[in-house]
Amino acid sequence: MLSPQKTLDTYYLEARRDLLEVAAMLDRYDQAVKRNSEKAQDESKRFSLLQAMEILSEPDHPRADRAERLLKHFAETS
Amino acid sequence: MQIIQPHYHAIARTAQDYERMAMSGVVAVCEPAFWAGFDRRHPETFIDYFAQIAEFEPTRAAEFGIRHFCWVAVNPKEAENRELTQEVLRQMPEFLQKPTCLGVGETGLHKSTPNEIESLQAHVEMAMKHDQLVLIHTPHLSDKAHGTKRVLEVLAGMDVNPDKIWIDHVEEQTIESVLDAGYWAGMTLYPVTKCSPRRAVDILEKYPRERLLVNSSADWGPSDPFTLQESVVEFRRRGHSLQDAVEIYHNNPCRFLGQNPKWDIQPIIISEG
Repeated sequence: MLSPQKTLDTYYLEARRDLLEVAAMLDRYDQAVKRNSEKAQDESKRFSLLQAMEILSEPDHPRADRAERLLKHFAETS
Repeated sequence: MQIIQPHYHAIARTAQDYERMAMSGVVAVCEPAFWAGFDRRHPETFIDYFAQIAEFEPTRAAEFGIRHFCWVAVNPKEAENRELTQEVLRQMPEFLQKPTCLGVGETGLHKSTPNEIESLQAHVEMAMKHDQLVLIHTPHLSDKAHGTKRVLEVLAGMDVNPDKIWIDHVEEQTIESVLDAGYWAGMTLYPVTKCSPRRAVDILEKYPRERLLVNSSADWGPSDPFTLQESVVEFRRRGHSLQDAVEIYHNNPCRFLGQNPKWDIQPIIISEG
């Protein structure tokens, strides 16, 4: 099993990439709203993603269960 | 669809890449000189490398019907070795005369050290003196914003023709300053550490496309030449026309590289329907 430092060093860049993809997807949505002068009729998927990020940004996850919580969150919201 | 791969490190890849690229519409690749994964100690090593990309690699590509062009330079990482850089620069004009050599590249910055900046200036000066195109590498990851700013500052202090300069590896944080200064901007698509195919298409939708180039670099590290085709598919699936795709992935490289008369591939117009 990896040490804490090795875990960060191994997966940081991939996580950075994945966060950039999420950021770009949200930007893409905003650009589409600007082009079309209207929001999506159903924005629940966007809100679901934003709520998921709130879960991730909570400081403490004593059970290290972020992925499980997100799966439950997505099951409830989309 | 015909595609040009403007930045591709063929010597680090297998013939299978060429075969698959040919099957997916790639008609030409351009190979800038780059870092080999270790710092070379001898100018002669560079000279052999330049001969490899200027003379041998075109024959390997030709077996798959792909045209191969090259660029020559001492890359920024090895530019820390001033003596080596100066000696290679002294011998570079010979390679600029090769029939498939399109210009000076990739020069640029890595950590933006004084030696790198001196090398960048010397490379750009040589290119302008010999009326050559220039391909400029910008740093990776956390060094990118600062390094790109330094590249632009260095160029602003020189007598250059922006039409002939392509600043590569731009991302969301650097593209605007490059385009505003009048240079060509390249997006390099990497699986992890640079731009992604989707983000590249976002950029294509946000900025004027006339001076944008897209490439996948593809070297000995984690990279994939087919990220370029992924971005073509992403561009098309968002509803952009085939001609618009051809303009970006074929004709823009032709327009930039065609400033060198050795580049004889012409822009194409697709007749649909």
